[in-house]
Amino acid sequence: MTTTAETFGEYGGRYVPETLIPALDELAAAWEEAKRDPAYRDELDELGRTYVGRPSPLTRAERFAPGKRLYLKREDLNHTGAHKINNALGQVVLARRLGKQRIIAETGAGQHGVATATACARFGLECVVYMGSEDMRRQAPNVERMELLGARVEPVELGTRTLKEATSAAIRDWITNVGTTHYVIGSCVGPAPYPELVRELQSVIGREAREQLLEAEGALPEVVVACVGGGSNAIGMFAAFVDDAEVRLVGVEAAGAASLGTGRAGVLHGARSSILADADGQIADAHSISAGLDYPGVGPEHAWLRDTGRATYIPCTDAEALEAFARLSRTEGIVPALESAHALAVVAGLDADYVAVCLSGRGDKDLAEALAALGAG
Amino acid sequence: MRKTLVIYLVAEPETPELARAAVEAGADLIELGFPFSDPLADGPVIQRASERALARGMRTARCLDCLAETRSLLGDTPIVPMTYAALLEAYGWERFAADARAHGATSLIVSDVPAGQRPELRRVHLVAPTSTDERIQLAASTTDGWLYLVTLTGTTGARAELSSALEGLVARTRPLAEGVPLYAGFGISTPEQATAAARLADGVVVGSRAVQAAEEGPAALGAYVASLRAALDAG
Repeated sequence: MTTTAETFGEYGGRYVPETLIPALDELAAAWEEAKRDPAYRDELDELGRTYVGRPSPLTRAERFAPGKRLYLKREDLNHTGAHKINNALGQVVLARRLGKQRIIAETGAGQHGVATATACARFGLECVVYMGSEDMRRQAPNVERMELLGARVEPVELGTRTLKEATSAAIRDWITNVGTTHYVIGSCVGPAPYPELVRELQSVIGREAREQLLEAEGALPEVVVACVGGGSNAIGMFAAFVDDAEVRLVGVEAAGAASLGTGRAGVLHGARSSILADADGQIADAHSISAGLDYPGVGPEHAWLRDTGRATYIPCTDAEALEAFARLSRTEGIVPALESAHALAVVAGLDADYVAVCLSGRGDKDLAEALAALGAG
Repeated sequence: MRKTLVIYLVAEPETPELARAAVEAGADLIELGFPFSDPLADGPVIQRASERALARGMRTARCLDCLAETRSLLGDTPIVPMTYAALLEAYGWERFAADARAHGATSLIVSDVPAGQRPELRRVHLVAPTSTDERIQLAASTTDGWLYLVTLTGTTGARAELSSALEGLVARTRPLAEGVPLYAGFGISTPEQATAAARLADGVVVGSRAVQAAEEGPAALGAYVASLRAALDAG
């Protein structure tokens, strides 16, 4: 197993302390074995069907986007309310194959923490979730859910008290407890093999969507859109279309956390990618009303897709996302997660009629924050 | 044989004077931390010290000035900057190595660039209790002068007891690293722990507790380093 390879063009790699390298080698080997093992695939398919509610539906949204053929891939209807469960179950089943009894995770919006706590409850594993104290305040219902599910939520009181610090705290826990613990990273970020592993576990979104879109329209969409924080729902959605040259791939970043739009090449949380940092490489603060996008880094594969021109990434402001959040609720009877609202917000401005958006999660967790912001605006 | 005492300090405006006090009290090598905003290998003391140094403007260029000033006060004592990949990535890997040497660095330590990655960058490698024999061999054969033995699986910071993992790590590393001095660090803060670690290894690295002592000034740091030196010399 080599530790020198940069996984996606010049991006990716393993920028972590030596202590973790053997665990990453072990994880990479277990993953290579699992993805070739029909028993692993069957177990995940069965969980998807009987526990998550897969395949998730595809919904036409006529009133939200008049004059367009807009389809929503409904990851919000998954068990636990977001795409995060696809990755959490896949990694927890993998951790069981590795014989790990203790699971840790980081969370921003709380969706990945809830998904991981859920998977751990299902399999009877100990679960510790690191969460910035600012995010605990913004996403209080998810903190209560994680605790109800039997997880311990560890507040992180460093820096901006959001996802970046929670991720650092989780990595430090992993360095300390690496013998007994598997770290279920929540996005397509981190040292190799995580970005590839998370993409593969999330690629079920794109595989289903591609088939459903072909069935609905008899053709592939002109544009596929997804929000990008770390970028896991987007990479899972894009994965099935990346070889379809005629399908445009559009990622939407929070304007105050546009790691791809305004960032520079740098190293954060174990990988080289495009990040928000100053000229000295010190990590800058991100800002987004959406806790799930409030992160100064992004998966290395997205940086590579940007550089190769295969995907484009555009920004969306808090106000634009809030408008889309309220409008989808009123016009379609679907309350989207604030994260997903960023993807919805750009649809009207796209030069395309036939568009597919990954609706990565539902907005119940965001009601207090969004209603307060809408009221204030 | 004299055991090597390595003292870690975070680069701040006062650090050259502090480093001189440490060397006068018996330190043999100074590790100079260039602060990073997200130091994954570090525990709370060095995290806080890094945050404070950054708030005081200790970015890469000023850290290099601090290195040069420290060099001018220390004569021939080795000084090894210790930092993270993000700083080298931003500054340019080769340029960073060249400028560090030009400012008086003896070598480099990059906490999150393990042996095998960036082989062109000459530096001191770390090995940990989790390292396989194969990785220890790789680190030993490519390290720059000595090998940093991480005594425990965890981040930097004082512990109540010296890690029991050190003995096994030294036993595995010795035959794979013939002629390479082994210095043990992480979790060593008291003279007793330093003595115990030095019975196994060729030297010790003291970080978090030294950073705390340095916060009280050169005299306090000097007294602390002298207590470590005395314990090591008494064996």
